[in-house]
Order: sequence, then C-alpha cells, then structure tokens
Amino acid sequence: MPEPVVPGETDLSFLDERDSIPRSHLSAFDMLSEATTALTARPARTLLTALGTILGVAALVATLGLAKTAGNQIVSRFDELEATSVVVRPPRNQPGSNPNSEQQQVSAIPWDAGDRLQRLNGVVAAGTKSDVAVGEALARSIPIIDPLGQSEFQIPVIAVSPGLFDAVRTQLQTGRVFDDGHNARGDNVAVLGPGAARRLNVNQVDTSPAIFLGENTLAVIGIIADVSREPELLNAIIVPDGYARERFALERPAEVQVEVAIGAAELIGSQASIALSPNDPSLVRVSLPPSPRRVRSSVQSDVNALFLVLGGVSLLVGAIGIANVTLVSVLERTGEIGLRRALGATRMHVARQFLFESAALGALAGLLGTSLGILTVVAVSANRSWTPILDAWLPFAAPVLGAAIGLLAGTYPAWKASATEPIAALRSGA
Amino acid sequence: MTGSVPVVDLEGVTRVFEGTPPVEALKATDLVINRGDYLAIVGPSGSGKSTMLHLLGLLDSPTAGTYRLDGIDTSDLSEKERAGVRSARIGFVFQSFHLLGHRSNVENVMLAEIYRPGSRQGRRERAIAALEQVGLGHRLDAFPTTLSGGERQRVAVARALVGEPSLLLADEPTGNLDSHTSAQILDLFDHLHAAGLTLAVITHDDDVSERAARRVRIRDGVVTAEAVSDA
Repeated sequence: MPEPVVPGETDLSFLDERDSIPRSHLSAFDMLSEATTALTARPARTLLTALGTILGVAALVATLGLAKTAGNQIVSRFDELEATSVVVRPPRNQPGSNPNSEQQQVSAIPWDAGDRLQRLNGVVAAGTKSDVAVGEALARSIPIIDPLGQSEFQIPVIAVSPGLFDAVRTQLQTGRVFDDGHNARGDNVAVLGPGAARRLNVNQVDTSPAIFLGENTLAVIGIIADVSREPELLNAIIVPDGYARERFALERPAEVQVEVAIGAAELIGSQASIALSPNDPSLVRVSLPPSPRRVRSSVQSDVNALFLVLGGVSLLVGAIGIANVTLVSVLERTGEIGLRRALGATRMHVARQFLFESAALGALAGLLGTSLGILTVVAVSANRSWTPILDAWLPFAAPVLGAAIGLLAGTYPAWKASATEPIAALRSGA
Repeated sequence: MTGSVPVVDLEGVTRVFEGTPPVEALKATDLVINRGDYLAIVGPSGSGKSTMLHLLGLLDSPTAGTYRLDGIDTSDLSEKERAGVRSARIGFVFQSFHLLGHRSNVENVMLAEIYRPGSRQGRRERAIAALEQVGLGHRLDAFPTTLSGGERQRVAVARALVGEPSLLLADEPTGNLDSHTSAQILDLFDHLHAAGLTLAVITHDDDVSERAARRVRIRDGVVTAEAVSDA
C-alpha cells in the first residue's frame, strides 16, 4: 500500500522527486501567440478599443511633425530676403531719427558708412539712404505747355550712396546708376524709380533727359525696374548723397542698408555699430532679421501647446477606453481564466497574459496612430508644398508610448483577472 | 511511480475558511484513489463538493492534513510547482465545457499544454491523437460553436487527456447534456476507465455516479464511503 516518501538524510529519492516536479511555465512564444489570438478573435472590437489611443498618438505625432515642418518652412521663407538684411539707424529715442526733421544732424552715421561696412567680412553690399527735404519744390520734366495735363508733381527725393543700389538688389530698366565719382563731385544726376519715371514721362535715358526739381536741373541717367527691399525707391527721384548735401543741406545719412551673406547677420550686427561709430557704438541702432532659432521656437510653442494638450487628452481617453474594455473582457472571460488556471496557469500567468494583451493593443494603437500622424504630416505638407520633417525618434517612440499606455491601462484588469477564483469561474458557465 | 503508490492519497485533509465563525468546509478526510479507480463523489450542493474539487485539483491547499498526488506531497509546493503538477497530472472536465469559441477544436485541445515547459514540439500531433481517442478525428478544424453539446464535451475530454494525466477530474460532466448525450459521455468514461485511466467524477446525478466503480458521499463536509455498485 502507500509508501509515503519521508524526507531524510539518506533518502536521495526525495531529491529526485523534487527535481521531477514540473514547474508551470508559459513560454514567450506561447504568450505572444495567445495574445495575438485573443486580439485577432474580434478584430472590429480590438480596433474600436484602440481607437482612442490611435487618435491620441496620431494627434501627438501630427502635432510634433507639423510644428517641425511648419517651423522649418517659415524659416526658409525668411532666409532669402529677411535673413540677409541688416539696417542701421540712429537710436529711436534720438530726435534726429525723423529723417524730415531739421535736427537730422544728431545722427552718428557717417557719410562713408557704406564703404566702412563694405570692408567687413560678410557684407555683400552696403549703402546709405536718406529722404531729402525738398520743401515745396515740385518735380517736372522738360516744360511742355499742356493746359489740360498736370505737369508738376510732388515726388519724394531720396539721397543714396552708390552702394545702396546693390544693397537693395536693384534691377535696372534702362541706363545706369551713379557711381562714386558722381557722388564725390555732387553731380546733378538722378536715377528714377519706375513710378516717378512714368509720372515725369521719362522712358529713355540715351540723351540724359533733364528733369527739374524746383530751380534745380537733374540729368536722368537710369531708370530702375525693381528693387527687393525699400520699395519707396520705386516712386522716388534718387540722387547722390553728395548732391543732396550741396543743394539741400542734408547733414547726415538717415540709415544704412546692408545686404549680408546668409548666416552673417548676427556677426555684422555686432560689428556694424563699432565700425560706424567707434567712439560711442550706442549712437547707432542695428536692426537684425529675426534669428532662425527664435522663429522656430515661437512657431513650435504656439502650435504645440494646443495640439499637445489635445493629444494628451485623447491619450487619456484612449487609456480609459482600453482599461474599460479590458475590464469588461476580463469579466466576459472569467470561464477562460478559470480554465487556464485549471490547465496549469498561475495567478501571475493570468495577470501577465492580460497585461501583455493590453500592452500589445497599446503598441498596435501606437503603431497605427504613428502611421496616421505621419500620413497627416505628409498630406498637409503635400497640400502646402512644404517639405515634411519629422524627428527620427518619433516613429519609434510613439509605439512605445502606446505600449506604456496599454500596460498602464491593463494593470487593474490584469490584477482583477489574477484574483479570479478558478472554480467559481469554471462554474459560472461562461 | 510504481503501481503501489495511489494516485490520490488524502490524510486528515481539512479545509477551514477564515471568518466569524470559521467555516469548516471539509472535515478531516482520508481518501485514497488508486491507479485505475473510477470514483464518484456525490452530494447535494453546499455539501463541500466544490471544496473537494478545489483540493483534489490543486487549486486550493488544505488547512490541515496531507495530500499526496502520485506520492508527491503537495503541501510544500510553490505556486508554480502546484500549477505545474496540476498541468501535468490532472485533466479537468467541466459542466460547461469551457471551450474557447474563436479557436478550432484542435487549437482548444492544444491549449492543454501551453503551461507545460518544453511542450511546443509535437503539440498539434498530441492534440490530434487525443481528439481521435474521443472519436472526433474528423472534426479537427471545426469550431466548437458548430458542435453539439456532446461533441463539445468530448473535445473537452480530449483536452483533459493530452499528456496522459494521472487523474481525470470531472465536475458535473453531464450537467449541460441531455440523457442521450450524457450516456455517450459516460460510455466514453467507461472506455477510458477500461483503458486504465483513473477518474474522479463529482456529481449530484445518480445516473452518473452509478456508472462509477466506487462512490463516496459528502454531506456537511464529511466524506463517507458508499456501497460499491459493481466490482
């Protein structure tokens, strides 16, 4: 009859017995295939469960991607014109800052500002520009007696140094611009903006047609087609600095326009004031283009703030959705839980299986959400002709985030499942 | 294991549930089930049958006494070991079958082995063999939802048979079946018994218990042996 095995010092069979006792074990492969089977048994339900998380992750990915894309887009638009433009003016609180004011002489900008800046490494072109106070003087071309048409106009006169034409990227329609020689001699020559040329009825400069500015005569040597900066030049009569100083008592240039190489703006900004006003650099004010970093960060923070909150809320709702459905499914699968316990699952196995299922669901949702988010970024970019840009870590981090959410959401249901009493579960008839 | 070691050996096994007052669901019980036995455990509901099922099935531990399964003292096993012994040596059959509706018959039977270490190799073949043993070799890839109640219970029996357990533990196996299919399942049990399987059937149904070679009755937590119907 029964021969109970008594543990004893000489009884080695007891040790053999212990060794032969199988330990319950669920292999990773089996756990994976169980989770897959459970998740694919009801695909529609699985998808609906994951929907909240999918949308949340998609919102996050799209937000981050679009912010990055849009930020970069705006920067690249600034690059071409704004990022290469530096303007030097007298400080704003100086009375001389008003170019039409009689106290213009307070400006610390020297007449050779263009030449001084031209010598800085990184400056492409530089030139001074000042509005000239011509008083009541009207501009007219060669007098034609036309009782019906207006023949005298109030046209703004702007004095510039020759370097300015390059600094504003002037395109000529005809003729030429004046040079240092004209400037130094104070020659009475003029370059017309296209608007001014039309009003004065000048369209050819072969013969250097004369125009009259009050009592003064000017020879037109060129007509501008277009400029990239300072569009008021298009409606102006442009004269050399030297001429304006002689005839209109222009004391100081009002501003210096500088075209710099891309990326040199910050450097030139720090050097220009010293170059122009070595005794007291604070007497000039340098306006820089917005730095790319600042543009990017401001755009990102604006877009991000709103959508990250939306994405976060969506993720929270998604997590609650997963928790909810997993809990319902634990209740529905009471019988299965009891069966698994009877088949040799420990409480830990049951808990782990439900945790793994919800984590896998979360990861799946993360993956789908990431894809959806990237598609959104690409679609919006294609629509706006932008270059889609995405942080490389994002597509990898998002599924991990989804899995973490699934894991978190599955904790309570998994605990609940592991606490299920097996026989009660098996007798529930489910 | 030698033939002389009983499959189940309960010695003074007691189960008391904590509470005020404590409930003694199973009073000190001695019970031996030898290899090849066909035992019916009968009793009305609330008599302690569930407690007995829990204890025999290693789903619960006695508060006093020893339970040896195939000579293994189960009282000092860890949870993993108890689960492992349960998986390897006990096959369960339930009143409501507990087949997973989204899996085919053979997949349901394969489930029997997923908590057994190193069992992946040949798992499908063993499941197919078990299904053939219960006469369902032709419905391997059908889903349980398309089967009759009797067929479902046979799939469940096949699941319990995988890996040749020492004990087939059936809890009201015919409770959800009509008398005709009940008889089929009981015939299957007779057949398995004849082939040498040890069976313990917990039931309140006299038709079921009469088929067993031996019968014990539980009432208010006390187990008493009953007359053997046939030797």
